[in-house]
This record gives sequence, structure tokens and C-alpha cells, in this order.
Amino acid sequence: MYIERVTVTDEARAVIDQLREKHGELIFHQSGGCCDGSAPMCFQKGDFLIGSRDLCLGEIHGCRFYMAPDQFEFYRNMQITIGVTPGRGSSFSLEIPLGLRFMTLSRVFEDSELENVRPVGA
Amino acid sequence: MSFQKPEFKNQYENFIGGQWVAPLDGEYFEDSSPVDGSLIALVPQSNAADIDLAVEAAWKAAAAWGKTSPTERSTILNKIADRIEENLEQLALVETWGNGKAIRESMAADIPLSADHFRYYAGVIRSESGEVTDIDANTVSMEIHEPLGVVGQIIPWNFPILMAAWKLAPALAAGNCVVLKPAEQTPVSILHVMELIADLLPPGVLNIVNGFGPEAGKPLATHPDIKKVAFTGETTTGRLIMQYASENIIPVTLELGGKSPNVFFDSVMAADDEFLDKAVEGLVLFAFNQGEVCTCPSRALIQENIYDAFMARCLERIEAITMGDTLDPATQMGAQASNDQYEKILNYIDVGKQEGAEVLIGGGAYENEIYPNGYYIQPTVFKGHNKMRIFQEEIFGPVLSVTTFRDQAEALEIANDTLYGLGAGVWTRDIHQMQDMSRGIEAGRVWCNCYHAYPAHASFGGYKKSGFGRETHRMMLNHYRHTKNVLMSFDKNALGFF
Repeated sequence: MYIERVTVTDEARAVIDQLREKHGELIFHQSGGCCDGSAPMCFQKGDFLIGSRDLCLGEIHGCRFYMAPDQFEFYRNMQITIGVTPGRGSSFSLEIPLGLRFMTLSRVFEDSELENVRPVGA
Repeated sequence: MSFQKPEFKNQYENFIGGQWVAPLDGEYFEDSSPVDGSLIALVPQSNAADIDLAVEAAWKAAAAWGKTSPTERSTILNKIADRIEENLEQLALVETWGNGKAIRESMAADIPLSADHFRYYAGVIRSESGEVTDIDANTVSMEIHEPLGVVGQIIPWNFPILMAAWKLAPALAAGNCVVLKPAEQTPVSILHVMELIADLLPPGVLNIVNGFGPEAGKPLATHPDIKKVAFTGETTTGRLIMQYASENIIPVTLELGGKSPNVFFDSVMAADDEFLDKAVEGLVLFAFNQGEVCTCPSRALIQENIYDAFMARCLERIEAITMGDTLDPATQMGAQASNDQYEKILNYIDVGKQEGAEVLIGGGAYENEIYPNGYYIQPTVFKGHNKMRIFQEEIFGPVLSVTTFRDQAEALEIANDTLYGLGAGVWTRDIHQMQDMSRGIEAGRVWCNCYHAYPAHASFGGYKKSGFGRETHRMMLNHYRHTKNVLMSFDKNALGFF
């Protein structure tokens, strides 16, 4: 049983369900950079082209969660939890029209956890 | 003396084909102020059908606009600048109320720089020319500029009017028509500018469609009749914009932020003089615009032998940053632009603490007694090392990550150890060191003994994952036009091949 790199709050699960009903299967991609960067983006599966070198950190509530490999270097020792907050974010993330924004909460893994953390995949 | 909250309409519309028009579906969203969390107005929640209308209106105007003389376009751009300048105070107030920045910033930076930007391109198109080359005695080659037609622009929320000016001025100067989508956090100030300049532009030359990224941004970025997309924002959306552009094989320019190093060598403390004072201010500029600047100097690299003394001075200056009444010209820092940004910044402050970085000052929300429902964060400084997430990821808030270096080689190594390359600062009294560092740093803009200056006529853009394209310089014109080569033969004789 692995320790997950990405988890999700119940509030975020409910938003994912709501979006899935409208848009079908979804994926997440963690963004970097300015403005609405450093935040998770939620897209219809197949809309955003997953990079051939992007890494899959795991799955949250049936959605695969990806990150660029160079950015992942700084997330190796962190568990992230996808939550949701009210806010008028911009970007192309699908929850924006709901007046909500997914956000990334972070926790540094304990040393004892590290060997059991889920390996990243493509 | 504090200013009064500006007047807003209850509801705004899209500007398409020279008219204010309601979104076809009749849907609006609420725009609220980060200053106090209150409702500003209703703004169109447009979708693909509204974008279609705007693109169609823009193409109707494109043929005639593309054929106007540079003199005509230059005159119009100058008039736009005059109009902005004549309404500086009103626009600054609207900008501050919509975005949250302190009023002194919108009055001293955003609005004057916007006006100047239109003047710059008005001047450039009067003075530049194409190229004519004699290929041989009877063959002349002409490199001629032609506008792309209709372009799409997606504007960020950190400097809503100024970022629109950065993109609009070169696009219009080059003879294009524009469909512009403001950021959904800060739509209203650009609409105020549009109201002021509507009579100066032929109908359809500039169209503004409001709405959300997935509903209005995507139809704009994928529209088959859009000939170029300009975007400022973050990396995932930047990739998406490039991917959408590949559907239509059109160019894009992207500005995607950074994690800019600000490097202080020990010579800054060689004397206790004006320059040292300037360098201290240079570090504190991380708090400019609440840190919501793509080039925020969010990593300070300080030579270890001056760290204690230099940092003591900087912390004293940071301690003195005034917050509170965002509409008071004496206030130095305002509100973060939205609740989700505010939450994100607090999350990163938490990440820094968990990573073991030391909080030197700040480290949490700022309780604003005047505006208890606004989104305020204390200017915050962490000491840590460059492999921490707070040194590697753009926080887009008033959060500075400080580390030390031993010598110039280590300074350069740390400065370049980042995914991004938008801005950098170098502070030294040694001209040779300045040369080595400014040429060694992989970034599109290196400020030497200064920071956060954004004059027109000095190019701005990214290396690495900060994107590509160069704004605020005449070279941006070529991102908004084709080069046509006309090859003329004056030789009456056949080649003799057939």
C-alpha cells in the first residue's frame, strides 16, 4: 500500500463530480509561473495534451494528476492535497466559471514515509 | 488625504464592432473588489458565439485599418495616450479598486506608463522602414511589412490596463485589429479605458469580450480566423495556448512569469552612501505591487560577508512598509488581487515554514482595520536555500526568499538554477563583475543597479520557461506582422532555361 503523492479534499471531490457531469472525464495538471500559476489546472481529458515527459503523480477521485518533470524535482518530498476555495481565478481551468478555484495544499513527507511513497509514472 | 471609491456602472457590456453589446446568452458574472471584498459590477460571461461576433467585426474592419497610413495610426495612438493621460486620476482609482494595488502605484506607474506606451509605438511607426537590397544589377529585393489581420490577446490581472497597453499598442500600430479578453478578476478598468477611447478608433478595430478562460478564452485561442495569440499568464495555460495555436498553425507570444534573482555583492556596502540606500530599496522592491509582478525579485542572493549588516537594513525598510488605506497615496502596499491568490500565498508561506525556511519578517495575513474583508498579506521574508519550493516556484505575492553566496561563481550558479528566466537584478560597484553577471544570467532582462523599471524602448521577455517574444520594444511589431518579400527583376531577357 503506497502513500499517495496527491490526495483530495471532500469539497474538491464534490466539485470534480459536478465538473465531470458536465465535461466528462477530467485530468489535472499542476501549473507554474505567474498570475494563476503554481496552482492545479483541471481540463477535460484529451483537451490539454499531456507532455510525453510529464509525470503522473497519481489519481484523485478518478482523475490523473500530472506535472512537468522539472517542476516535480521540487515536489519529491511533498504530499499535495487538492482543495478548493471561493475565488475569481482566471486561466482555462474548468472550475473557474463556478467562482471556485482548485488549490494545492502541501505537506512535507516524514522521513519514515519516503520509502513508501507512490512512484511517479508517465 | 485619501481618495474616494470611484463610481462604477451596475453592469458592463462587451465592446464589439464599435458598440457596447450584451452577451448573446444574457449571462453575467460578479466582479468584486479585492480592496474590501464588495461587489463592483456585473460583467458579461461571454462564450464562443460572442467571440465569433467579435472576430467577424474585427475582420470587417481589418482591410481598411490595415491600409491606413502609419501617420494616421500614429496620430490615433497619440490621441489614445492623451485621453489616458487626461483621465489619469479616474483610471488610476478604477484600476486600484479593481485590482487592489495601492493608489500611488496606479497613479505613478500603471497609467502614465500605459499612455507612454502608446506614444512610443506612435513614434516608432513613423521612423522605421523596411529594407531594399540590390541582389544584382537588375534585381531588387524589398522586405515589406504587412499586418497579420485579426489577433487575439489574453490579458493578465496584475496590471490590467498597462498589460493591455503593452499588447494593444504594437498590435494596432502594426495595422492589426484586435479581439481582447481581459482577465476575469479585473475586467472593468479596461472597459473604462475603452469608453474613453471608443470614438478614436474605427468600429471593429478593437473589440473587447469578457468572460472565463474555458468559455471565452478557449474559443478565442482556437478560432480559425485569429492569426496570432498573445498571452501573459502561467505555464500550463501557456502550453495550452501553444497547443491551440498548432491547430491553426499561427504564431503566439507568451510571457509566463519567473522566479527572478536579485543579486547583491559585498561592494554595495563599501560605503554608507546613496547607492547603498538604493540597493536596500532594490531588495525591498519584492513588495512592489504586492509581489504580483512577473519579474518580482522574489529571490534575493546576498554575499555572505555582508549578509547580516545588509539584511538588517533591509528588514528595517520592510518593517516600515505602510498598509491599510489602499486609496491613500501614502500607502505603499495594497491588496492581493483575489481570494484564491490570497489563499495560495498563505499556502506557500506554510510550505516555506514546513521546508524549514526561517521567517525573518511577516509570515501571515495582514489584518486591515479599514478593509477587514479585503485580501491583505504582510510583506514576508524567508531565509532558506535555493532548492526549496519557495525559491523555485512563483508565489506571486509579497514573499521574498533570501539566501547567501560565497563568491561570484556561486552567485551565478544560484541565479541560473531556476526553471525561469524573465528578470534579474545585479547590484555591485564593480563594473567588471557587472558585465560578467549581466551576460552570465539567463534571463531576458537584467537590471543593473536598478530594478522594476519598465521603460518603453527597452525589450522585455523571457528565456527558458518564462516564454518568448519581446514586448515594450519596436521588435514586438514583427510579432504582429508578416514580412513580405517582393523580388523585382529589371532584366528584360529570359533566363534561357526553356
